[in-house]
Amino acid sequence: MSLLQIDNLSLSIGGTPILKEVELAIAPGEVVGLVGESGSGKSMTALTIMQLLPHLAQASGRVTFDGIDLLAASEDQMCALRGDDIGMVFQEPMTALNPVKTIGEQVAEGIRWHTKAGRAEAEDRARKMLDRVGLPEAKFPLSRYPHELSGGQRQRVVIAIACALKPKLLIADEPTTALDVVLQAQILDLLRDLVSENRMGLLLISHDLAVVTEMADRLTILRRGEVMEAGDTARTLSEQQHPYTRELALASMHVPARPKAHIAGSAKPLLEVEGVSRNYPGRRKSLFRPAEPIRAVDDVSLTIEPAQSAALVGRSGCGKSTLARMILALDRPTAGAIRFRGETITGKSEAELKPARRDMQVVFQDPYGSFDPRQKVDKLVAEPLHLLETQPAKAERREMVAHALHEVGLGPRDMDKYPHEFSGGQRQRLSIARAIITRPKLVVADEPVSALDVSIRAQILDLFAELNQKLGIAYLFITHDLTVARAMSDEVLVMHEGKIVERGKTANVLDRPRSEAAQALVAAAPDLHRAIARRMQEQG
Amino acid sequence: MTTYLFKRLIIAAITLVLASMVVFAVMEILPGDPARLMLGFNASADQVEELRNQMGLNAPLLLRYLHWAGGLLSLDFGRSYTYSVPVIDLVRERVVVSLPLALIALALSTVIAIPVGVFSAGRQGRAGDTFAMGAAQFGVAVPNFWFALMLIYLFAVWLRLVPAGGFPGWGAGIWPAVKSLLLPAVALALPQAAILARVARSALIEVLNEDYIRTARAKGLPYRAVLWRHALRNAMIPVLTILGLQFAFLLAGTIIIENVFYLPGLGRLVFQAITQRDLIVVESVVMLLVAAVIAVNLLVDFYYAVVDPRLRGRQ
Repeated sequence: MSLLQIDNLSLSIGGTPILKEVELAIAPGEVVGLVGESGSGKSMTALTIMQLLPHLAQASGRVTFDGIDLLAASEDQMCALRGDDIGMVFQEPMTALNPVKTIGEQVAEGIRWHTKAGRAEAEDRARKMLDRVGLPEAKFPLSRYPHELSGGQRQRVVIAIACALKPKLLIADEPTTALDVVLQAQILDLLRDLVSENRMGLLLISHDLAVVTEMADRLTILRRGEVMEAGDTARTLSEQQHPYTRELALASMHVPARPKAHIAGSAKPLLEVEGVSRNYPGRRKSLFRPAEPIRAVDDVSLTIEPAQSAALVGRSGCGKSTLARMILALDRPTAGAIRFRGETITGKSEAELKPARRDMQVVFQDPYGSFDPRQKVDKLVAEPLHLLETQPAKAERREMVAHALHEVGLGPRDMDKYPHEFSGGQRQRLSIARAIITRPKLVVADEPVSALDVSIRAQILDLFAELNQKLGIAYLFITHDLTVARAMSDEVLVMHEGKIVERGKTANVLDRPRSEAAQALVAAAPDLHRAIARRMQEQG
Repeated sequence: MTTYLFKRLIIAAITLVLASMVVFAVMEILPGDPARLMLGFNASADQVEELRNQMGLNAPLLLRYLHWAGGLLSLDFGRSYTYSVPVIDLVRERVVVSLPLALIALALSTVIAIPVGVFSAGRQGRAGDTFAMGAAQFGVAVPNFWFALMLIYLFAVWLRLVPAGGFPGWGAGIWPAVKSLLLPAVALALPQAAILARVARSALIEVLNEDYIRTARAKGLPYRAVLWRHALRNAMIPVLTILGLQFAFLLAGTIIIENVFYLPGLGRLVFQAITQRDLIVVESVVMLLVAAVIAVNLLVDFYYAVVDPRLRGRQ
């Protein structure tokens, strides 16, 4: 018998249909993947099960958990289920914990609430649970506060909260999306172990087909609130009967065509980074002793040639972004020199930097956060034009914006819209338009596609490739996602604890990593081909 | 944590010194010669000059500041020009009226505002919230002296529950004294409570939308428990900031309210001192109020460190 049975579930919020006749079942000990792009209703399905839907949400159909009709259950009944029989883990570990309570209090709280255990007993159980999720007492006493933990450690605490009472069902909503690949692999391993230990059912929600394939026995593919395809993971993905399934699978493995391959050593380097280090003031341990500095970037050297695409990969916190900020002259190195087109840019004034800034632009990760919501597109995209020697007239300016928009696949009519009128993918096109309007020689792209859905992501990667081919722009991609590196770069630089530990041709580094850090990254990176093959093998 | 507190303490001390300089400078700039005022307009120039020498008014500016500031530290505020008694005696008499008044008002506004804020945040956009926030809007808009007059009319003139004004002194017993402070405290507190309720509401709404509230709900805690255990403590941080700032307004507000209710407090003292050009009294009382506000805000800073563990590690 199913542990969770969803039949004919429809949901609307304030009259807007969100889910249409969704069917889903999970048996004890089974891992079911729920895959879909943003807005497909994945999270709303989870919140329906938890009965934590926003106001004005109306659900119809049947959701049965362990014989209880959840849609008809009272709030008291739901409170008894939540955190006891059904646990939930969320996407964003950085904000999922209460900043003013210790991790011990937060794990013990649910235990005390549901079992009426005393403080000492609950803390004892919380301690055991934290040990179980890989937070041993010696380094992580109960008295730690969330801000003292990293993202991966916080996610472990959230999992400890959700699994403290050995729930029959765990709902994990994008549990690893905010983490780097190595942490992701660790968290997925932990979830897998918890499933087999307690015969727990796991509903794993993700936009990442590779992650779900590695984890789930069965999967359900959701699009715009409707189930497209559901079934055995290996069969569904190897046969790809439904066109949308095929589309998703293709998009997640997409490699853009770049017919003109870059030939190394063909030109003078565009960017030279020589022995660059960056120290940050560390935490002061005593009032009277100066703080030990933290070395975020440690003696890094690299070169990028014109039209070359390089990927800087590494785990979160390895110093990638700090290095990028120094290359963009947004931060000053503690030591070393950075030369752009042969000219040193370190220690120059803003006025002297103008020509370099013109030829060096940036695309950020978050297409939502990087635009002022109160300005129109023509102003936003034209922003870098102040770097030009002669300021274009208004008409000319609009023409340049229209041209840049055209190059990224948007129309001239989009000029008079506001950022909120665009989808996530379109917004990332806007940031690319803004980056290329001054005809730069180098674009630094910091995780440019990690906030995007797979199909959009494929399109944006195509766009990057096209601009590289057409305009000869060199790229420095900063990413923890090896598929992006593989798809887009000629050369890969692996960064670890502030140092470049390995560099080489992309295929060489990713197929035969030599350094420990690169090997760890490659081993942890989810790969759809590999995951399907493994599943097929397991099932014979 | 000690580093944080130590830093706050130093900053508070520096603020106090700077404020004393500003107060002293303003009093220097103000027209009117205290010696001339004390002696009246019939006094000869020689007499005035002699008194100026006696009062130390002819000494260099820096010396006079140091003398004055040094006096403040040892609670020697000098002598009032008009009453010819030590300022500290005047202040001591009045502070026992003003301080309880401000504290009662502060307590009242907190006790009113936080439940209203919690109520409204829980019913965001619904009738109860709209009504409560409408009332708060009204409370912000109405000047407190008008409000005070209405209170007098209703409770003192019509219902005859409390006196319309005056203060019997603490010697008359605690209840009569408190009773005569009740209306002024309410008049002072309500506009502040209205502002505070709005702040509490928006702070709570923001906190209730945080991810960790969802985590707490997913643990199985009912709404009420989530509110008390997780939301309120986080929402208190902005509420306390405003409360600290409001204390300054409460103290300033006493100047009007004490006049309306005819209370012999610091507000009235400073008001009379200004009209009589009794600058030394004005200086001293203003410095006292400044010190009180800085002290309250220092307490708020300390409270942050108690509530927010992230501040404790900070330098």
